[in-house]
Amino acid sequence: MPASTDIAAQGLSARAVGCERGGRALFESIDLAVSPGAALFLVGPNGSGKTTLLRALAGLTEPAAGEVRWNGRDAALRSAVWRMQLTYAGHKPGHKDELSVAENLELACDLDGGQVGAAERAQALQRVGLARRAALQVKRLSQGQKQRLTLARLSLSRRKLWLLDEPTAALDSDARVLLGDILRAHLARGGVALVATHDRIDLPAGQTAELRLGGA
Amino acid sequence: MSEAGAWAGFAWGLRRDLKLSARSSAEVLVVLGFFLIVATLFPLSVGPDPRILHRIGAGIIWVCAALACLLSLHRMFTLDYVDGSLEQMLLGHMPFPSIVAGKIGAHWLTTGCPLIVCAPLVGVQFGLSFGEIGVLLVTLLLGTPVLSLIGGIMAALTLGLRGGGALLALLLLPLYIPLLVFGVGAVEAYAAGLGMEGHLSVLGAELILALVGSPLATAAAVRTAID
Repeated sequence: MPASTDIAAQGLSARAVGCERGGRALFESIDLAVSPGAALFLVGPNGSGKTTLLRALAGLTEPAAGEVRWNGRDAALRSAVWRMQLTYAGHKPGHKDELSVAENLELACDLDGGQVGAAERAQALQRVGLARRAALQVKRLSQGQKQRLTLARLSLSRRKLWLLDEPTAALDSDARVLLGDILRAHLARGGVALVATHDRIDLPAGQTAELRLGGA
Repeated sequence: MSEAGAWAGFAWGLRRDLKLSARSSAEVLVVLGFFLIVATLFPLSVGPDPRILHRIGAGIIWVCAALACLLSLHRMFTLDYVDGSLEQMLLGHMPFPSIVAGKIGAHWLTTGCPLIVCAPLVGVQFGLSFGEIGVLLVTLLLGTPVLSLIGGIMAALTLGLRGGGALLALLLLPLYIPLLVFGVGAVEAYAAGLGMEGHLSVLGAELILALVGSPLATAAAVRTAID
């Protein structure tokens, strides 16, 4: 494909990325390019490889083939430099059930390395509607509230590339609007987002594109 | 944003796992209880002959410490693997091996350390002398961190496998043999009035080797398990 040779100088681009799972090729020759301030939605049926593609870009899974570039340079997917560009929110949120909401958010912010203060964390919890549950153990939260905690983490992350896997799962309509707001703020900062989703997330036109995986 | 130093990762991992252990302190106490009960079964089953008990005391305590460590190793990574925490740690801004080192340190503080505190009590049951208990404590102090360090590698290698617990025991216990041999050997050498420096030196060398190698090997094994 001639389009695949046109690699964007800024943002994320990938060429001919292929992944396999259990010896079977999930997808071959995926090309994508997302410029700063834009979001790419990954859509496709279950099992089409959305999660695997996100994990491959996060450096958690080794892609079988292909090349990923970040701002025009080869992104060494397993390097420290690369992993500090990105935030990954997968199916497994990484919350500890025994710790409180506030403690979980603090640990996540420490890992993120963004030097976020206690006041900002409290504000983020307020924003996602968990302020009154800050001292509650995470195991007492509902699925949707746990997902809201992930939103709080995202809203505090200043990393450039967000890889979100089904972020709308278990969210109510208010929280979906909130997710849209958080994503918009991220894009406005010049961030890049790849979002695997079955739902529409309301983002300004011209900033989004769609990549269909699997089937036809 | 630059990568944080190794000490920051170590401190983060240590603090996090200690906090989690404090929240589920029952698990820590269960392991300690296991150690005490198994060590108490021997005097009851072997009989009250003080010569036999004195002869087997140090060996029993070491075997019980190894088994107690084995029992608690699943705690180190399994839950963090299942709930996705390990993925987030891999993507954090601290070096992953340093976080792993902190987790191993927390495991030792919540498993090896309490065992050392209780060991004199068990030693008295077997009629070990004051001096022998002292030597035993030194060997445990050198050896139990190695139990956690080698255990970390094997726990990471069996991560995500079905029936990983039994496999872990099969893989790990043979690796504990040198520790047991030299740990118990030091106590016996002391009891026989011989020098025990050789035994302690070997234990110390194993500790240094494990300290250097284990966090890196464990981190690599966890990464493979997550793939």
